[in-house]
Amino acid sequence: MFIKIIFSFLSVTVLGGLLGLGLAIAAKLLAVKKDERIELIESILPGANCGACGYPGCSGYAEGVVNDGASLTLCTTGGGVVAEKIAEIMGETVEVSSQKMVAQVHCRGTRDTTKYAFDYRGIADCNAMMILYGGDKECKYGCLQGGSCIAVCPVDAIGRDEQNRIWVDKDICISCGKCIDVCPTHVMKWVPYDADYIVACNSVDKGALVRKYCSVGCIGCKICEKKSGEGGFIVENNLAHIDFSKTGDRTAAVTSCPSKCIISTETALPEIIAKKETLEVNDKT
Amino acid sequence: MKGLKTFSRGGVHPPGRKNLTSSKAIKNAVIPTISIVPLSQHLGSPSECLVKAGDNVTEGMLIGKSTGFISANIHSPVPGTVKEIKDVYLPNGMLSKAVSIELEGEFDRLGKEQNKRDWEGFSKEELLSMIADNGVVGLGGATFPVNVKLSIPKGKKAEYFVVNGVECEPYLTADHRLMLEKAERIIKGIQIISKIVEPEKIAMGIEINKPDAIETMKKAAAEAGIPLDVVPLQVKYPQGDEKQLLQAITGREVPSGALPIDIGCVVSNVGTVHAIYEAVVFNKPLIERVLTVTGGAIANPQNLKVRIGTPISSIIEECGGFKEVPEKVVVGGPMMGFTIYDLDTPVIKGTSGILALTSSEIHGAVRTSCISCGRCIQACPMGLNPTTLFKYIDHGDYTEASELGLMDCKECGSCGFVCPARIPLIQGMRLGKRMLRKKKVKA
Repeated sequence: MFIKIIFSFLSVTVLGGLLGLGLAIAAKLLAVKKDERIELIESILPGANCGACGYPGCSGYAEGVVNDGASLTLCTTGGGVVAEKIAEIMGETVEVSSQKMVAQVHCRGTRDTTKYAFDYRGIADCNAMMILYGGDKECKYGCLQGGSCIAVCPVDAIGRDEQNRIWVDKDICISCGKCIDVCPTHVMKWVPYDADYIVACNSVDKGALVRKYCSVGCIGCKICEKKSGEGGFIVENNLAHIDFSKTGDRTAAVTSCPSKCIISTETALPEIIAKKETLEVNDKT
Repeated sequence: MKGLKTFSRGGVHPPGRKNLTSSKAIKNAVIPTISIVPLSQHLGSPSECLVKAGDNVTEGMLIGKSTGFISANIHSPVPGTVKEIKDVYLPNGMLSKAVSIELEGEFDRLGKEQNKRDWEGFSKEELLSMIADNGVVGLGGATFPVNVKLSIPKGKKAEYFVVNGVECEPYLTADHRLMLEKAERIIKGIQIISKIVEPEKIAMGIEINKPDAIETMKKAAAEAGIPLDVVPLQVKYPQGDEKQLLQAITGREVPSGALPIDIGCVVSNVGTVHAIYEAVVFNKPLIERVLTVTGGAIANPQNLKVRIGTPISSIIEECGGFKEVPEKVVVGGPMMGFTIYDLDTPVIKGTSGILALTSSEIHGAVRTSCISCGRCIQACPMGLNPTTLFKYIDHGDYTEASELGLMDCKECGSCGFVCPARIPLIQGMRLGKRMLRKKKVKA
């Protein structure tokens, strides 16, 4: 009886030892060598897994950089700092701009200020609206307010105010650019993080036409150019924009803009009531 | 109804409402003072504009040149002066450049005796180039350039030539009237096409709700002595789609992503056949078409022969205007047409009807949630699963929707018609396709 217990005890021990030895040898012989740079790069990446680089998440991009020779500057979320660190690990050099860019909506038109061509009753998605006569606003360049950007934002940085206008919170924005990709009217554009003012209009129609359909649209009058030339205002194609490399005073242009479409990036923010939207049911066929 | 041919999968039975106009002869519409002629009236790349503001144009003059393999010529529908080149929205919601022409001067063709050409002397290639020069596109709605469709690729053979006289969309009667009034010309057109594609069999599908058209076409074919097999079909939507029509008549199914010629068939709408006849025999460009103006809100519904580029407002005025305020004005049929908001939208080559619908005809209702009843799956003639496709599209997963066959959807509207929850399924499909194309362009 006692022998039997000893025997089974011993046989299991020996068997375990042998199999363990086998595993240890296999681990040595068949080891897959993982490039340690992948782990290093992964630890530097922001870990937001936003997918803006085009790879499936941050680990996917790290593998892409090491194995497929992907560009080192694809991580828009991390920006220049991360790109430089990746370059250091890869032993290469990259030229990066240190400026952080964020997305912002360049339109402040509401039902009160802008004319609507028709009553839209379909899917609440900007691209679906775009297929039908370029959206329901008479202005074909403005924000359609369908909320496609809100739906794709991975970090809930985009919200609406009481009048349904859409605004990006630049402190939450990780610069992934998904909203810019999805926006059919290209009213969502990059601006530097530290931009003080933006021209909140995207219409390149002639001034007289803009006046007909929108009271807060840029009419291309060039007053901003004259008042604050140092501030980098340039009017091209009936639309003003700011060259942010110039740092002159911009307040004169802001106060004299006839349609008040040059707005501060700071004051607009508190209006936001952030609410993550799913495709909303508001239609009647 | 029993014993008649039809397609096997899916399909719906919307109320026909064709009696509003089916007994009304085609009338020539008034020519508008300003015609707006878009340069993108066909499937494929837009035509290249050949005129500029201030130019004088004559009736039927080439103003837009075909710019590629799949593209078509555009001709001036009226004599006059080019006022401007501007952007307009087409009835299908797309933006296009358009030439706006102010009526002025004399018509070369209107009201004058046309020289008839003896088409039998022309070779295949000559016939095809005549069709291409005159800008003939498929008038059933897809506006595919006809010369491309009739050029049989090497190594393929057309066993069947099928003429589409189905007109399955409710309300529309333009093709029906054309068959009754221009049967002889259609038969000649069929002979011309037969010479080009050399089919073994010629058939024509007409739904049984047009018994007079079946009779007329049979008689005309017998008189001309051509072996045209006029096939009466059951009434079922969307039988007028070429894939469904081919299945009904030949029993063959066009595989996903393939064209009718891949199964040895060529299909043409009766309106197209008529336009081919005019292009070949009278050397007349496609500058006018027959369309139906109808709906509960139209005072005097009619079938009109309208110049391309005529603003819809002028056509509605001609039909006595609105007798009540329409809930919607739809261009095309009620199933596949688009609602327009601007009545100055012009008629284009693919416009088969103008409907002013009252609220009682539309049955407006609020969208609710999907109850997974599966009626859309039953209705889909392509065997797709619209509800699942819509859910994927709703969540932005367009690739997954594409794998489930989104690109096979032809937006016939059957799923949306039967949906008890009133989900805008077709808009979803259109959105999904647009996003897929956008992705493809990027990649």
